[in-house]
Amino acid sequence: MSFAIGLRCRKCGQEYPLEPMRVCNFCLSPLDVAYDYKAIYRVINRDVISGGPRSIWRYRHLLPIDGEALDIGTGFTPLFKADNLGERLGLRHLYIKNDCLNPTYSFKDRAVSVAVNKAKEFGFDTVACASTGNLAASVAAYAAKARMKAYVFVPKNVETGKLTGIAIYKPNLVIVDGSYDDVNRLCAELCEKYNWGFVNINLRAYYAEGSKTIGFEVCEQLNWQPPDCIVAPAGSGLMFTRVWKGIQELSMLGLIGPVNTHMYLTQAAGSSPIVHAFEVGSLHVHPVTPKTLVSSIAIGNPADGYYALMLARQSGGGAIGVTDEEAIEGLELLAQTEGIFAEAAGGVVISGLKKLAASGLIKSDQLVVALITGAGPRTQETVTHVVQPFQVKPTIESFDRAVRMAV
Amino acid sequence: MAKKQLMFTFPRELVQEPIIYHLSHKFRVVTNIRRADVSEDRGWVVLELEGEETEIDASIAWVREKGVRVDPVVGDIVEG
Repeated sequence: MSFAIGLRCRKCGQEYPLEPMRVCNFCLSPLDVAYDYKAIYRVINRDVISGGPRSIWRYRHLLPIDGEALDIGTGFTPLFKADNLGERLGLRHLYIKNDCLNPTYSFKDRAVSVAVNKAKEFGFDTVACASTGNLAASVAAYAAKARMKAYVFVPKNVETGKLTGIAIYKPNLVIVDGSYDDVNRLCAELCEKYNWGFVNINLRAYYAEGSKTIGFEVCEQLNWQPPDCIVAPAGSGLMFTRVWKGIQELSMLGLIGPVNTHMYLTQAAGSSPIVHAFEVGSLHVHPVTPKTLVSSIAIGNPADGYYALMLARQSGGGAIGVTDEEAIEGLELLAQTEGIFAEAAGGVVISGLKKLAASGLIKSDQLVVALITGAGPRTQETVTHVVQPFQVKPTIESFDRAVRMAV
Repeated sequence: MAKKQLMFTFPRELVQEPIIYHLSHKFRVVTNIRRADVSEDRGWVVLELEGEETEIDASIAWVREKGVRVDPVVGDIVEG
């Protein structure tokens, strides 16, 4: 059995049993999984975790799954010192958490892993989601492994490259002939009508727990130390807040010392309601209509926006926006210094970090972790301009001439 | 009877208009406000609408036409 004891409203504190649920019945606010931390404290220590599988399930005591978890190898992705990039940005202790190396190439596998396992426990035979790419691929892959049916909904303007990355797992792929808002509305209504596990609607509280494992891993991989700064992308703001929750839980359980981590979130300027609220000093994140090519974080009305905003403020961190051009520059810089081909959201993180370092908000001697949450190959049409090969005939003379001309 | 839980976001020019009052008079829909925050230039209300599905849908179309943004309470559902 897990140590999860129920769901609790983040706003009014109302408690509920562990069931599929969208929001608090009273105040319609988001729900969190509550745990019996005293009981966890009695059974968990660093050795227990280190002796576990090399996946998110090494932290199973802090996840809301009862039985043996079904897994396709999610988590425990590399954290490595990025000296080349650090040198370019003027940061001496820069680390990259490379979540491109999850089974479906993004951090969404963490959240979906927990959500699909929970869906199975609840007895759902179908899981579903609405997505522009990463989430749908992850849900489809996990559903295949769990022998469940999957319905994934995408807006009609999704790139063909992404569709292949979803369809290969053979879910019921539904392309909605309508705007982004139409897909949103349709899925909210379908969740009422069908008895399905919608990973980011009625399973959202469980889904969210998966993202905590980034925080766990970062600290464990830094030899049980929290970093000075974390720089992360933010779409809905959910992952950003859960990384923090993970670090706080480790501290509360005595697995790491006191936490003084500054949390910085980055958004694409064309979809940056949280950054805007941070900059103008507002308490509220007002919805916007996204206009950016960074589709994986193009969320105009972020469900956890308020909480992400509060976290950026209260942790002494911040929020920064970058243009689409800067995002592309950032992802090229990451690839060309550290050999990691990230999706555009990774470029947002790197360019945001560059600005934070240049402005002195992040200091050169601070231990900084940049979260790279998704891989680039699925959206490579954003950087096709980098293809500038030497055109040569199959002779040494031709090759030498071409290279000389380039130098 | 159906229920829908929604978030209305009001732009500056509509903050002072009694839109929810008019909605409940114009349509046979019961409005039940759960959370709200209104400042001088913006405002949002999280509420539940209860009534016949067609009436609820018509009332949503009407507030949208007035310029109010309508979202599910869980925020955007489509993720990356």
